Amino acid sequence: MAEVKEKNAPAVEFGKEERKLITDPINDNNPITVQILGICSALAVTTLMNKALVMAIAVTAVTALSNMVTSALRNAIPKQVRMIVQLVIVATLVTIVELTLKALNYPIYKDLSVFIGLIITNCIVMGRLEAYAMANRPWRSFLDGIGNGLGYGVILIIVAFIRELFGKGSVFNFKVIGPNAEYLINTASSPLLSWYTNNNLMVLFPSAMFVIGIVIWAHRAWNKKLVDIS
Amino acid sequence: MHSTSYIVRFVLIMTAIVAVVLAFMSTALKPIHLKNEAVYNKRAILSAVEKEVGKPISGLSDQEVLDIFNNQITQKVFTMSGKELTKEEVEAKGYKGGLAENVDMAQEKKKPEAERILPLYIYKTADGKTKTIVSVRGNGLWDEIWGNIALDGDLNTISGAAFDHKGETPGLGAEIKDNPSFPASFVGKKIYDENGNYKSVDVVKGGVSDPVHQVDAISGATITTVGVGEMMVRSMKYYEPALKSVKSNQ
Repeated sequence: MAEVKEKNAPAVEFGKEERKLITDPINDNNPITVQILGICSALAVTTLMNKALVMAIAVTAVTALSNMVTSALRNAIPKQVRMIVQLVIVATLVTIVELTLKALNYPIYKDLSVFIGLIITNCIVMGRLEAYAMANRPWRSFLDGIGNGLGYGVILIIVAFIRELFGKGSVFNFKVIGPNAEYLINTASSPLLSWYTNNNLMVLFPSAMFVIGIVIWAHRAWNKKLVDIS
Repeated sequence: MHSTSYIVRFVLIMTAIVAVVLAFMSTALKPIHLKNEAVYNKRAILSAVEKEVGKPISGLSDQEVLDIFNNQITQKVFTMSGKELTKEEVEAKGYKGGLAENVDMAQEKKKPEAERILPLYIYKTADGKTKTIVSVRGNGLWDEIWGNIALDGDLNTISGAAFDHKGETPGLGAEIKDNPSFPASFVGKKIYDENGNYKSVDVVKGGVSDPVHQVDAISGATITTVGVGEMMVRSMKYYEPALKSVKSNQ
């Protein structure tokens, strides 16, 4: 019963509409910059790019798979307990992701600590289940999950890039700009840049708030469709 | 609308499937998790002697870490009074494996001071010198902090230190781990003064008056770094009898 499949589901196809399912959440309907969802983890895991990357992959996996599973079961799920069922599906997938990450890369797992577990509470995941997966077929729901995960991930990477570059002077732990010879651009030896030091504010949580705010502004300035004309 | 009995059946079956899947995953991955955890802990211990290893510890492969541990490290466990414990005695304390690396410092910290046991590691460098690594544990601002301190052959001079924390603020308290210059500031400090009295190394805010027994705190992270100082003074004292017995065996 729990394995009810769509009888006349179309074969896996990838047309214009399917492509839109992926591109839409990355730009016009971005979960972070347009819907302002999933902000808390975006603040917490964006100090380093490799943390942000792993988090983006984990969230994408969870949204995609939970969307697919929920969509496959959507006709079997009793409406009265649908939220609980969705929560169980999400929690199961998050635990699987957590166990897998613990086996694959233990130091990153230690670094992300509780934030992998907190994907369960990420509004994007439950939001997509309610808004999309409960009314659409599995393959499309899967793509919608991928799209939203990527939309979240892109913003995470952008914010992490800014925070890591200006906070620690590095990109993916590769030292780029800073005040000694370990860095690619040694600001101490260059007369033009000798004033430069890494900005510790960027490592602290409030900077993520500023940076996300600036990213939202830049996104709206660039994409006129997002500006409310009413 | 689904009937109540359908809902109950649906939820029961779903719970059963989820339980089986998760139990299977957890059991199947357990050996890998344990191995990863062991290597992670070994890296933390080795980071105190990073200078002597000659390569960044995070750049070593898992196998290299295990090799160094097997070939160059002697593990010992001591009681608070300085008596060395055998493998069986440590196992009797509830640490499977019975080696120093199996001792859970977080568990030990919960016990009354007199009952604690202390892990100690002796690292042999390629040119035959020894570094003694001890583990310390204390409290930071938000949660526990801990570290591994390497001592020179005289069991007095600190030759390396590595700290870690559970939940200090990134950019402030977390700098005890992330900023290599903080642990580096402990190098060369001494545990005993010229008269052989125990002093350890304290962390002070603004202006180090005693360069042999004090290091400067990190600005903006006073509570965390003062916690490091408290940990260094209190936990190193635990090792006094153990270090004496190591010294007498040298």
